[in-house]
Amino acid sequence: MAEATADAHAGTETTRRDFIYIAAGAVAAVGAAATIWPFVDQMNPAADTRALSTTEVDLTAVELGQQIKVMWQGKPVFVRHRTPAEIAQAHRDDYANLKDPQMDADRIVQEDGQPGRAEWLILEANCTHLGCVPTFVEGSAFGGWFCPCHGSDYDTSGRIRRGPAPKNLVPAPYVFLNDTSVRIG
Amino acid sequence: MLRAFTAAAAVLVAAVGVAFAAGEAEHPENHPFSFESPVGSYDMGAVQRGYQVYAQVCASCHGMNHLAYRHLGEEGGPFAVYQVRNHETGAEELHVGKPEHGGRFVDVVENPYVRAIAEGVTIVDTDPNSGQPTERPGRISDHFRNPFPNEIAARASNGGAYPPDLSVITSARHGGADYIRSLLIGYDGHNEGTLYGNRYFPGGLIAMPPPLAEGAVSYADGTPTTVEQYATDVATFLQWAADPHMEERKRTGLVVLAFLIALSVLLYLAYKQVWRNENH
Amino acid sequence: MKIHGHSTYEPQSGFTRWLDKRLPILRLSYDSFVAYPVPRNLNYWWTFGAMLSLCLGVQIVSGIVLAMHYIPHVDFAFASVQRIERDVPFGWLIQNMHAVGASMFFLAVYIHMFRGLYYGSYKAPRELLWILGCIIYALMVATAFLGYTLPWGQMSFWGATVITNILGALPLVGESIQVWIRGGGAIDQPTLNRFFSLHYLLPFIIAGVVALHIWALHEAGQNNPTGVDVKTKEDTVPFTPHATMKDLFATSLFLIMFATFIFYMPDALGHADNYIPANPLQTPPEIVPEWYLLPFYAILRAFDFNIGPIDSKLAGVLAMFASIGVLFVLPWLDTSRVRSMRYRPIARQFFVVFVIVCVALGWCGGQNPGLILAKTSDFTATLTWVQGGQVVERPVQAESADAWDDAAAAARASLREGGATMTAVNREAATTGRARGVSGGTQESRTVSGETIDEMEAAIAELKTSVGQAAPFFVVERRQPPTFTVTNLSQILTAYYFLFFLILLPVLGLRETPGRVPDTIAKPVIAKETAGAA
Repeated sequence: MAEATADAHAGTETTRRDFIYIAAGAVAAVGAAATIWPFVDQMNPAADTRALSTTEVDLTAVELGQQIKVMWQGKPVFVRHRTPAEIAQAHRDDYANLKDPQMDADRIVQEDGQPGRAEWLILEANCTHLGCVPTFVEGSAFGGWFCPCHGSDYDTSGRIRRGPAPKNLVPAPYVFLNDTSVRIG
Repeated sequence: MLRAFTAAAAVLVAAVGVAFAAGEAEHPENHPFSFESPVGSYDMGAVQRGYQVYAQVCASCHGMNHLAYRHLGEEGGPFAVYQVRNHETGAEELHVGKPEHGGRFVDVVENPYVRAIAEGVTIVDTDPNSGQPTERPGRISDHFRNPFPNEIAARASNGGAYPPDLSVITSARHGGADYIRSLLIGYDGHNEGTLYGNRYFPGGLIAMPPPLAEGAVSYADGTPTTVEQYATDVATFLQWAADPHMEERKRTGLVVLAFLIALSVLLYLAYKQVWRNENH
Repeated sequence: MKIHGHSTYEPQSGFTRWLDKRLPILRLSYDSFVAYPVPRNLNYWWTFGAMLSLCLGVQIVSGIVLAMHYIPHVDFAFASVQRIERDVPFGWLIQNMHAVGASMFFLAVYIHMFRGLYYGSYKAPRELLWILGCIIYALMVATAFLGYTLPWGQMSFWGATVITNILGALPLVGESIQVWIRGGGAIDQPTLNRFFSLHYLLPFIIAGVVALHIWALHEAGQNNPTGVDVKTKEDTVPFTPHATMKDLFATSLFLIMFATFIFYMPDALGHADNYIPANPLQTPPEIVPEWYLLPFYAILRAFDFNIGPIDSKLAGVLAMFASIGVLFVLPWLDTSRVRSMRYRPIARQFFVVFVIVCVALGWCGGQNPGLILAKTSDFTATLTWVQGGQVVERPVQAESADAWDDAAAAARASLREGGATMTAVNREAATTGRARGVSGGTQESRTVSGETIDEMEAAIAELKTSVGQAAPFFVVERRQPPTFTVTNLSQILTAYYFLFFLILLPVLGLRETPGRVPDTIAKPVIAKETAGAA
């Protein structure tokens, strides 16, 4: 008796049956996707990691012609107080034959778009070749950093001049909080 | 089937209920906190005032190791700041607490109130140049300043009793926020030796002297400065501290349950459809 | 009777034909979960198997994710869990899911097991299926115990201390096993580290045994509410979509309950004391495991008496392990020819009592074992004193601790010879004390009572202060009425638990007259349909 009823409605049964399966399946799929998101997102940096994603530096401790190395997000960063001679050389070298052409002014611009201050140069301290930390050598060929691992030479703006490194030392994002401190990151 | 499940759930929770802690402690007063219902939320004014009470009264003995200053300014926190457009002047300004409409959450790194709170605290740290212990102003990433360097020092300064960490205190006590609030107003004066009589503390005698006194903390918003108000506010703050994601949790729960109920209905209809022509 | 005959899977595409020749995984899946015939009369009690698979999956996935953030070190474990709750994106959700999920897992497994007991799913040819299930259950208990230690709260630490202590009860090897498991004299860093490793490992062993469990199930085929074997194709329906859809529906209802706990009552099934960081120097006022282990805790504590050479601690441990162990041999204990208790009216009633006993044991496990449930009368004490009169006091010295009673009696006798009408001896050390006697005066006595021991002591104190200086000293005689405590209740319930398996089921199987069992599965189903349509 049940079968007879089924045959009679065969035509409309098909679409009604399929609809409910499609509806249930679609809703379940949306639920499954929404459930997966938290499990993916949990691997993103947690709130405490994000909070340590900035480092504040007090500039009064850095003398003219000196640099300090600070840790930012687990990486070393140079904060250099450049002398007028270094600044002048950096500006002259804007027009030199550069492997990775970049103006010095563009390398010190702040994260919010404001121009930087020429005497403060803030660079990520890893050589762009294979990651060693270069040393600042006064009186070197290009006036700036030298990487002892494979002999890359950087100028007073941290641009690559000679050696295997492909790119300039990467400027770290920063803003001036006031005249005597910056926030990196 | 649903009835069977709810019955099972009720039996489960009832079976779990353990007899209230021994001793002659009174059952805590049931205060209608705003966060208690399934759709409840935190009274942020109370959480802010409660933080003030904690910082000025409790923090001299009790640490909150698992909280960092930045937690105060994250979404759902008492000093979370939003950028809103002032309708009269047209300027963008910072507004503490979620505005009724619009407003963009300002990341805690840019939050001036939390920064001020953190900088007002002195943290002991290692000097990066000399390697010696030194003091510096707090940063938002610091955890709440510990009044004592370790538990031994804490006990030594408090006659052998350890002022417990308050990060999750409302979760760690039967009765939760009601218990904390009642405890703070439950001193009955029947002291014995170095212990103070308290109606709500198991055993009736507690090592902590009555911490709250009328007028001890001045509220900027004009709320009465009674002991009961302090107790209610600090209990609210401590509940927030133990469960900062409560509002998000309840909101998500509503969506999830609505979704599951809808899904159950659809699955039931699909199930009926599948078995339509089968005897069972 | 083997249900499955010939596989009806036909690969449709080129790829699936290629795959089928090399690794017939799609064929296996099709045969096991699509075409696989299941009895058509299965009720909702049969949906819990699918729910358990979901629970295992949820625990494994949420657990692996938590393990990315958890730090298994005594100084950082509690803090790392707090970090998960506060700082890790959705950490609060994943943590809650894992904690509540454990409870849901056990709720589902208990219902699944009770279903097996009621419908005789453990009887031939499903004995091994049942035993594999018992193994899964035992692994679940171990996993849950290990996992509960990880947050390193007070209950984590002290629960682990108590349970590893009970291993010390085993004769000869107990102590060494205890030290071997703990990695030291007490629960500490070595213990935490290895418990974390094992907690990560065991669920995958459970998954393996679950695969065997499903394999064994598919050999014999599902049992059904009538307990009657499948005889013809009429008795069955294909697993997909019939059982799949029913399982999905029932599981979504289960998820509603699961979600209600996660989002609205996340701590309801836990214990507040586990939010206190572990302190080896301070024991919490009560040590209790999670709710799903309470019945076994009650059985463990029920044995507060020695059984011959077996001391009470060992007796409790053996009984606790035996309560799970007895399940393994159940297929051979139950002698009934009829599978389903639907047709066993007497057994069914004992079964209902058994379920209530299990729940009641759970309640007992969560109570203070000394809690008095009933007593014949109040606690009473009689105080006797003499008003006025002369007090004589003299020191008492015994030769040795054992000789105290004699020395005390001698002191009393000598005071009475001196004319004392009332004497009292106080022992202050092993061999020394004081004896006092009163002569003359008037002797008074009064009896006080209280509903609880505390009330009685308060009444005694009150009486002493009211009499005050008038009496030099009191003789207090305390009387405890016969009481019925939680421990006594646990003893009765434990007795029934073992009685049910060891005596009732074997005897009932042989003596009971079962109801009329239907001939086939299909007959009563069709009869019901016809009756409904008519």
